[in-house]
Amino acid sequence: MIAIVDYGVGNLFSLSASLKHLGLESTVTGDEAVIRRVEKLILPGVGAFGDAVQKLKDAGLFSLLQQEAQTGKPILGICLGMQLLFEKSREYGEHEGLSLIPGEVCPLSADIPEGMKVPHMGWNSLRIVKDDPLLKYVKQGEYMYFVHSFYAKNCAESLLADAEYSVFVPALVRKGSVWGAQFHPEKSGTAGLSILKAFGELPC
Amino acid sequence: MLTKRIIPCLDIKNGRVVKGTNFEGLKDVDDPVTLAAYYNESGADELVFYDITASAEGRALFTDVLTDVAKEIFIPLTVGGSINSVEDFDRVLKCGADKVSVNTGAIKDPSLIKKAAQKYGNQCVVLSMDVKRVDGKFAVFARGGRDNTGLDAIEWAKHGEQNGAGELVLNSIDTDGVKEGFDLEMLKAICDVVRIPVIASGGAGKKEHFSELFKAVPGVDAGLAASIFHRKELAIKELKEYLRDEGIPVRL
Repeated sequence: MIAIVDYGVGNLFSLSASLKHLGLESTVTGDEAVIRRVEKLILPGVGAFGDAVQKLKDAGLFSLLQQEAQTGKPILGICLGMQLLFEKSREYGEHEGLSLIPGEVCPLSADIPEGMKVPHMGWNSLRIVKDDPLLKYVKQGEYMYFVHSFYAKNCAESLLADAEYSVFVPALVRKGSVWGAQFHPEKSGTAGLSILKAFGELPC
Repeated sequence: MLTKRIIPCLDIKNGRVVKGTNFEGLKDVDDPVTLAAYYNESGADELVFYDITASAEGRALFTDVLTDVAKEIFIPLTVGGSINSVEDFDRVLKCGADKVSVNTGAIKDPSLIKKAAQKYGNQCVVLSMDVKRVDGKFAVFARGGRDNTGLDAIEWAKHGEQNGAGELVLNSIDTDGVKEGFDLEMLKAICDVVRIPVIASGGAGKKEHFSELFKAVPGVDAGLAASIFHRKELAIKELKEYLRDEGIPVRL
């Protein structure tokens, strides 16, 4: 059983539907007991970093997620959910993240040329830099759907794959049993679904 | 490398796709779920659903269809048509939309973009604009291109970006249905003033129009079309292969 952690941000419909499509059993929940009981966790999220951290804290999930990560339970953060795994974010001030993966989250606009669009939105190809069980069905250069205005920095040691947008945007990162995907696997067609499938197949 | 997107648009009325759809082996299909699956398989980068239903009953059918499609299609899905309030955003997002497109609703209530962006995030809010030349200027029209709002298109696009729209769809009334190419002049004028992604719409008649679009206006991120895809005048895969050969990055 996979729990999609619900803390009141974003639309969980596609994520839930894609797991169902893959035949993976899942539940959308913010309940502590359920989160402790399930084999795997997915942390979704859209919106602002600071607001999301506050909502996690208000729901009593911030330290719970840190504790669950400690037990070695596989966790996959998606989009803002990935960004929350880092130590801090410079999105509208400075905010402390879950600190499960070393690195920080910074605005793309400061690091890319003036003429380039923000958000980084659309299909971009993955450059896989390290083999990983989550990438077992993904070919080098496969396209994933991105939509974000902030990106992870100083996380080279955790990097599995990135995508070029004048800078190299960390696309998939991992530290121990904690993974983060900047793109939306649930919106990235067959290639994206194969990442969720591989997550479902991880031993727990 | 980020690719240029190709987006088919499906107009839906009372739960069915309107406009003739005439695919080989898929004759006169007006079932949105079948068509969406077809486009998904054939390499569409995103789908847009426009609800052109007039009745409340039809609107309920639309949300049912939306859910059926969203359960099966794992590419981004934008929904537009009669989005006038944050409640309307909520209604279609719960049924599986990823992005919501506002047009006349944002003109009637200019605070709608901001309210929706604050609640659902910028990435969720698409500002769709129907633009037509009036006295040498680009004017914004409302109600499906019937009313001149008096708004200047350049200013309205800037307003949208400043208030939190994450993307713009620019429909040219002047080139729509003419099939002689996109409105490059209008697209260029608006791309020059915004930094959010821009989707071009109106005027696609053949594959060359798409390469012309992406080459002439680098600020355009995606090309949207309806009838050229529905009537099978152009298959998405064939279009993308052509664009790739023309040196334009596409997802194949």
